Amino acid sequence: MSMLDQVDRRIIAATQTGLPLVEKPYAAVARSVGVEEEEAIARMQRLLTSGAIRRIGVIPNHYALGFTANGMSVWDVEDEVVDHAGPRIGALDFVTHCYERPRHLPFWRYNLFAMVHGRSRTEVLDKVARIADLLGPSCRAHDVLFSTRILKKTGLRIAA
Amino acid sequence: MTRNCNPTEQAIINGLQGGFPLTREPFREAGAELGLSEGEVIDTLGDMLDAGRISRFGPLWNAERLGGAVCLCAMAVPPRRIDAVADIVNAHPEIAHNYERTHDLNMWFVISTEKPEQIAEVIDRIEAETGLKVYPMPKTREFFVGFRVDI
Repeated sequence: MSMLDQVDRRIIAATQTGLPLVEKPYAAVARSVGVEEEEAIARMQRLLTSGAIRRIGVIPNHYALGFTANGMSVWDVEDEVVDHAGPRIGALDFVTHCYERPRHLPFWRYNLFAMVHGRSRTEVLDKVARIADLLGPSCRAHDVLFSTRILKKTGLRIAA
Repeated sequence: MTRNCNPTEQAIINGLQGGFPLTREPFREAGAELGLSEGEVIDTLGDMLDAGRISRFGPLWNAERLGGAVCLCAMAVPPRRIDAVADIVNAHPEIAHNYERTHDLNMWFVISTEKPEQIAEVIDRIEAETGLKVYPMPKTREFFVGFRVDI
């Protein structure tokens, strides 16, 4: 994004793998990018307000916390219904990601995706049933794709 | 996953998935909210990182807002080729993660690039290398992204 300058990019690079676990973490970040603590905090506040930072906190490892079942629920709903249903599904506390995506007809008919984590497949399916109830007859078909193996997991690539 | 979380870990995971203060002594302030000392918060986060219970602590950057691009893609891989195809796909550094799933479209991976135009280039290379079609599933709208695990 054009609003980022070199200092912002250095802050991104310095915090991409996490904040230093010290009493004054932003002072440590500021030192490593060559600015004052106040400036590092102000810049991160601006990046948080603009949405460049989604949130600051714990990124849990759901597998290690016992959430071993991971179901990608996919829904074929009328495009007009997505406007209304998307935010309602996204607001369910067990849905961790919710997106509208393009269909690939005839092979792939689903246009709404909601990721559901649980401690077992049964728990995931119970939660998926609640989404089905919420969508009602506006849903023409749905499926749940469970993950059977993590083939790769690393971070996103951000230009620094 | 050898043991359950202790109450301190649970308080931090449930209470600190967002909203970590942007202040000079954020661990002290976050701890006060959770009824924990600054040292307990710092030490417990370090322990949970070491144990792999949390994968990171800090800002979650939105790659797209930073000029980068992210695209979910799916492939229908013949089951006996799945390991070989996974090796080919995963060899691209732009693949952020890749899951095997229960469907004819059985391989789902996320391409993350520094520039939007690089997504199509990576897809072209993977199709050429595997001889399989890649179905791009870019998000057209986002309704929620978070984690909200409650333990």
